[in-house]
Amino acid sequence: MSAETIEKTIEKKPAEALFSKRRKKLVSDPLVDDNPITIQVLGICSALAVTTQMKPTLVMAISVIFVVVMSNLTISLMRNTIPSRVRIIVQLAVVATLVTLVSEVLKAFAYDMYKELSVFVGLIITNCIVMGRLEAFALGNKPYDSILDGFGSALGYSWIILAVAFFRELWGSGAVFGIPVFEYVSSLFGPDFKLATNGLMVSPVGAFIILGLIIWVQRTKTGYVEH
Amino acid sequence: MQQSNAYIITFSVILTVVLGLLLSGTSQVLGPMQKEAIALDQKKQILGAVISGDEIAAMTPDEVNAYYGSHIASTVVDMNGKEIAGATAEGVDVAKNYKKPVEERQFPVYIFHEEGNVASVKSYIFPLYGAGLWDAIWGYLALGTDMNTVGGITLAHAGETPGLGARITEPGVQSRYEGKEIFNESGELVAIQMQKGEGKDYSGNPHQVDGMSGATITGNGVNNMLINYLGYYKAYIESKKSSTAVASL
Repeated sequence: MSAETIEKTIEKKPAEALFSKRRKKLVSDPLVDDNPITIQVLGICSALAVTTQMKPTLVMAISVIFVVVMSNLTISLMRNTIPSRVRIIVQLAVVATLVTLVSEVLKAFAYDMYKELSVFVGLIITNCIVMGRLEAFALGNKPYDSILDGFGSALGYSWIILAVAFFRELWGSGAVFGIPVFEYVSSLFGPDFKLATNGLMVSPVGAFIILGLIIWVQRTKTGYVEH
Repeated sequence: MQQSNAYIITFSVILTVVLGLLLSGTSQVLGPMQKEAIALDQKKQILGAVISGDEIAAMTPDEVNAYYGSHIASTVVDMNGKEIAGATAEGVDVAKNYKKPVEERQFPVYIFHEEGNVASVKSYIFPLYGAGLWDAIWGYLALGTDMNTVGGITLAHAGETPGLGARITEPGVQSRYEGKEIFNESGELVAIQMQKGEGKDYSGNPHQVDGMSGATITGNGVNNMLINYLGYYKAYIESKKSSTAVASL
């Protein structure tokens, strides 16, 4: 209790701006320069599995954002009380609880999505991004910063899987969010013209190809080299 | 202080209790809504055997309930085709019945009819249940009034491999069953077999459909499920068959 009050008084002195440069970096860094998928290559399995269509991918992205932000916040709030010998189990328990909550809410309000995503929502528990952020950041930082950090990482994950899903759904099923784009475009060029879809994009192989291309483009632009 | 065993144990116990209460509380609050969602999903699956998935997807939950109410009648029979009084089809858990001996099982039948007119039957829908490669698979098969020709089928699964066995939920796979027949020329029940391999043309054979590449075991599961459940319903099917034969005379 006393340690906490001391910390609070220290915290008040510098009075960092709500969106200071350092805090903005917490959110923006994982978007490109330190992206969990393209740079750290974490969370690949769900990136491959759920990205055949935009809609489930969006639900997955929102679920991951919720779980990462909330678990970062919870662990950060408890960081001074968590016994270090059982900290991984504590993190796991918190993450598993949050994931189960997401799963239950989906089951009640979006049963079709639940059926489609149930396995992968469950697998958020093992998503390396979540545990990685808890270990690397939330255990040693204040709640607000942890929220920003979690939000940034999850957003970095989300925009990549949404980008992959966009191309996979467009080229694989000729649609975006279920709207048949190819059909419409084809109809502009007369009745005999038909844009073909590529079955490869619907299979997981398609995700590997798209993801590989995104990583290639990004690393060419940022000049990132693995050491 | 924090590292003592007593502290760790106390911390773990408190954490467990708090998280446990949170989860069970959520489950309690959301339970009724989940039940409703599951019931609605069952209706969608039943309707999926007789109308296209796109049509169902375009309906709101209320519309699905209304459509179901005005187009589906139901009954429950035993394996001798006798109606079981006092049982409602929607209340029968096919998965739970699957564990009982066949003689004691209740078999729901859903009857798809013209809007509001129970007498003009369009097709009979039979629930199916069985084992895939990893976990349970189930579905609904719709037979025309000749009690032979398949009008449509919906298939679902608990844990088949995505991209392989899980493809049984795809309209492209399910539509392969449409127009197939369950009785052969001599009137024996042979059902429909999904074949090994994919890409062959089985349009000439009324009892075979194209398989799913890489998912032969799931396909076998579907085959077993079909022959088993059509066998359980055989008495009921035969009774309807003879009554419609008489009616058409």
